Amino acid sequence: MSNPFLSFTTLGLFIIAGGLVWILIRTLAGKEVSRRTIFLFMGGSLSIAIIFALTFNESPSAMVKTIYDRIEALPVGSRILLSCDYDPAMVPEVNPMAVAVTQHALSHGVKIVYMTVWATGTSMIAGLETNVIKTQFPEKQYGVDYLNCGYRAGNEAVLRVIATDFRKTFAFDVSNTPLDSFAIFEGIKTCADFPLIISIGGGKPGIKEWVKFVAVPTGAKIAGGAAAVSSPELYPYYPEQLVGLMGGTKGAAEYETLVREQYPNIKLSEAKALKMMGPQTVAHIVVLAFIIMGNVSFFRSRKKRGA
Amino acid sequence: MKRTIPALITFITGFVLVVSSFVPPMQGLGEDFAKYFQILAVFAFFLGGASLVKANLQKITRRQPGWGYPIVTLVAFAVMLTAGLFKIGNDGGIAADVSAEGSLFSDLFKGIMSPLNSSTYALLAFFIASASYRAFRAKNIDATILLVAAFIILLGRTFLGSMLTAWMPDSLSFFKIDNLATWLMTYPNTAGQRALLMGISLGVISMSLRIIVGVERSYLGNGGGK
Repeated sequence: MSNPFLSFTTLGLFIIAGGLVWILIRTLAGKEVSRRTIFLFMGGSLSIAIIFALTFNESPSAMVKTIYDRIEALPVGSRILLSCDYDPAMVPEVNPMAVAVTQHALSHGVKIVYMTVWATGTSMIAGLETNVIKTQFPEKQYGVDYLNCGYRAGNEAVLRVIATDFRKTFAFDVSNTPLDSFAIFEGIKTCADFPLIISIGGGKPGIKEWVKFVAVPTGAKIAGGAAAVSSPELYPYYPEQLVGLMGGTKGAAEYETLVREQYPNIKLSEAKALKMMGPQTVAHIVVLAFIIMGNVSFFRSRKKRGA
Repeated sequence: MKRTIPALITFITGFVLVVSSFVPPMQGLGEDFAKYFQILAVFAFFLGGASLVKANLQKITRRQPGWGYPIVTLVAFAVMLTAGLFKIGNDGGIAADVSAEGSLFSDLFKGIMSPLNSSTYALLAFFIASASYRAFRAKNIDATILLVAAFIILLGRTFLGSMLTAWMPDSLSFFKIDNLATWLMTYPNTAGQRALLMGISLGVISMSLRIIVGVERSYLGNGGGK
């Protein structure tokens, strides 16, 4: 057995495929699949995918690659604005994007200013600081290489103001220290002074509001990272108002793939989206199988009624 | 007066914000109004908190069905509020970041709120599987189009999609499942979304004008429209 991981993957996929075939045979025999069976099968399949750590390769799409290329093209010492506009419900999907962008920017020597227009976002930024920056980039200094501006209430109004004067809303960082006392903020007046703004979220206010209140009036370059369910709504803005878009776990996994290729020293255990793509792929396949079975059952019953 | 003053405030605010977008000298005034909104938004938190306490206390005192749940809500609200306001366990003291590592607020957020929220969201996988089995059926032409599009997108977002059609020659590359999925998202989806956006935007403009000029007053609550 040359590659034990491969054998685990194959075994896991065989167990899931075997179960699906069994349910299909039952469907062909005229037995409806109960909701309990569907839940049980989905739970079992996801458990197998997680236990056997199924992973698949991801090839980066153009939408994701443009974000990566833009950061890669920035000179060392440049500053980007990263807005973490999400809550714990979205964490599994979008937090890997924030992690990957943070890893990429800091590895490349680009500085990051964090902010959020979601009250829950402060905890998300604190998590990035503790789990990514302080552990993987201990040499990076607060106020020099990264800064946390925290949260301000007001949703779209916050964006409307910072579009023309950042300090009018964010006069202090998250610990109430004036922004002017930080080297990272020298020369920054408006959002447009950042060569790239990345909004990660998927709710409201989020990427759409960043486009409406910042990208369009100021011409600032904005990229987004959104939950899969809300990314189709953002396609109309690409590539004019949004320079790039990461959609769901797949988008995050594609970005992680790019970062891993260029920066192999980055801690691989943090490539959470790539890990999650295994169970997500299995879930997609199971859903597809149930769609087929639902139609088999439907046509079978229609034929019976017709006869 | 109860209707006139709010309507007047709405008119002035709406007028200033609209005009400031088109008349550059008035841009500063628009920003000031946006700043006032931020201040009001902070007060909305107090209002929201008070409303939450009031509504839940009423359920408990009236012993409404499921009155035990409001107790959980109120206890959770009080604990989080206390932990956040007084920065309990926060090394940086009262002026530090509320979410600082090691604080009670951060521990409660990470240990209770995050897993509960993520678990609730994860349950979608089960409901989607069940709904797909029952709802995605080729009953008519419309349903079939929806079914085929969903099938291609789902398959195209997995490695299986690329694998199944990898044998296709380059001349037929458009028909590869992953390319078809990208095409569906880029063209039909974008066209539909743009049409929706334009329709919604026109509706928003029309409704906003009605509110600004005082024709639409339902937002004022009971009797606002009269």
